[in-house]
Amino acid sequence: MTEILQIVFDALSLGSLYALGALGIALIFGVMRLVNFAHGDFIAFCVFAMLWPSVDAAAIVFAGQLPFYLLIPLLLLIGAVLSVLSEIVVFRRFRNTNPATMMIASFALGFVIRHLLLMLYSSRPKSITLWPSLGLPVEFLGAHIPMLQILTIIITLVVLVVLVLFLKRTRYGLEMRAAAENFTMARMLGVRANGVILLAFAISGMLAAAIGLILATNSGTADIGMGANVMLIAFIATVIGGLGSIPGAVAAGFLIGGASVVFQATLPHDARVFRDAFVYGAVIVVLLVRPQGLFAPKSSKQRV
Amino acid sequence: MTLLAVDDITVSYGRLTALRGVTLKIDEGEVLFVTGPNGAGKSTLLNAIAGVVPPGSGSITMDGVKVAGASPEDIARRGFSLVPEGRNVFGALTIEENLKVGTGMRRDRKNIADDLASVYEEFPMLAERRHTPAGMLSGGQQQMLVIGRALMAAPRIMAIDEPSLGLAPKIIDQVYEILVRLRAQRKLTLLIVEQSSTRAMMTGGRMILIRGGRIVLEGAATDMIKDDRLKQAYFGFGDH
Repeated sequence: MTEILQIVFDALSLGSLYALGALGIALIFGVMRLVNFAHGDFIAFCVFAMLWPSVDAAAIVFAGQLPFYLLIPLLLLIGAVLSVLSEIVVFRRFRNTNPATMMIASFALGFVIRHLLLMLYSSRPKSITLWPSLGLPVEFLGAHIPMLQILTIIITLVVLVVLVLFLKRTRYGLEMRAAAENFTMARMLGVRANGVILLAFAISGMLAAAIGLILATNSGTADIGMGANVMLIAFIATVIGGLGSIPGAVAAGFLIGGASVVFQATLPHDARVFRDAFVYGAVIVVLLVRPQGLFAPKSSKQRV
Repeated sequence: MTLLAVDDITVSYGRLTALRGVTLKIDEGEVLFVTGPNGAGKSTLLNAIAGVVPPGSGSITMDGVKVAGASPEDIARRGFSLVPEGRNVFGALTIEENLKVGTGMRRDRKNIADDLASVYEEFPMLAERRHTPAGMLSGGQQQMLVIGRALMAAPRIMAIDEPSLGLAPKIIDQVYEILVRLRAQRKLTLLIVEQSSTRAMMTGGRMILIRGGRIVLEGAATDMIKDDRLKQAYFGFGDH
């Protein structure tokens, strides 16, 4: 029983992380048909923003020393600003090009950010200690669950609820959903393209910052490639969820997180090293059965 | 008073020229019926006015203000509301949400609720299903919805591209009855594009025939329908 509970919490917290990542990608894809491969580098950038630039192994924590009620908003702001700037400086110029061109632009932007971090901080992973008390386990129905896992799940649920309320109940949310479905039509109804796109980038950047905080708290290190894995899985989740579908991206994020944890727990010991091969194998099977994704958006089927 | 003036515009897609030197004017409160064969450039004309495809040359003005080259949202904010071909409902949004998308740009916030009520009065079927996703509606119902949605933007000119496309004749009659009634009630200026010219009998007003990206015939709709020149111009008899 406690073992199952442990697996459930592992699955939910890992799934949460992937769901947050997938959301950040799906939101921008929805309004711009851009798969932002720089998203993983946004995550790393936000983590490094807490450190003072230096090439030494022992990192000097800078913003990371702020109390949490200042640090969290500051980091969310950094994520939003970075993301919005990348829209204004880079992606805006590619808006009318084809999706492949935009995607390559996002790879290029990712390289620039990564190498900027390399220049400022060197390639050595740095230790960063944020809230070590969150690593302590709490007892829950006999199982020992790290506080951070519970917090990650709670944060994700709160983010999801706030985002759903925003999308369903506010003017901007309505415009964003309309634009995600048919951008030109939304513009012909007076929806400002720049406004909607900047908003999507801002939210996506904040999500990247949130992932950065969770990853850094969990691992205690800042590594330039730390966002890459989440980015990859998040991208896969948006594809499996049905590109353009926000609920689909979230559900698929949880699904992949769950699958990873279940494979980890149930595969024979010798096969565990190949866990990711099993996960990606499952992804291939899903795409063979439903190439349009599990939750293809309604807009993709038109009634005549 | 001239509300919309299109002056000598040319629109090209790559090497293909869709419109060559089209000039037209629409006065406030007028109905202009644009017809012509498939591929004549009718939709391109509407898209050029709406700012979706910028004209290569020529000018477009609304109330004397230049709008050619402006963004679709800015042109919509000047009061041009386009119902494009194929209806384009937001399928995942509810009917009511669809109706509200275009109200964000309105300055007269207090009238929005009244307008919503009057759209529901005009289209009771939409009121009944206001919380249903628009993708569930039939083609005719979707056509009603997009007309209602365009009205909610409080336009000065409403342009409709092929309102009869894919609809049963009975439904087409209904759509036109509604358009005629709305025009009378709201002093709406209408720009209707239709491949078949027969419904122009219902709307009256002026008619323009486009072929090969040019205006080839222009006159009062009721006269033109009876005129053999329309058929000739439509099919290009006697041109060569």
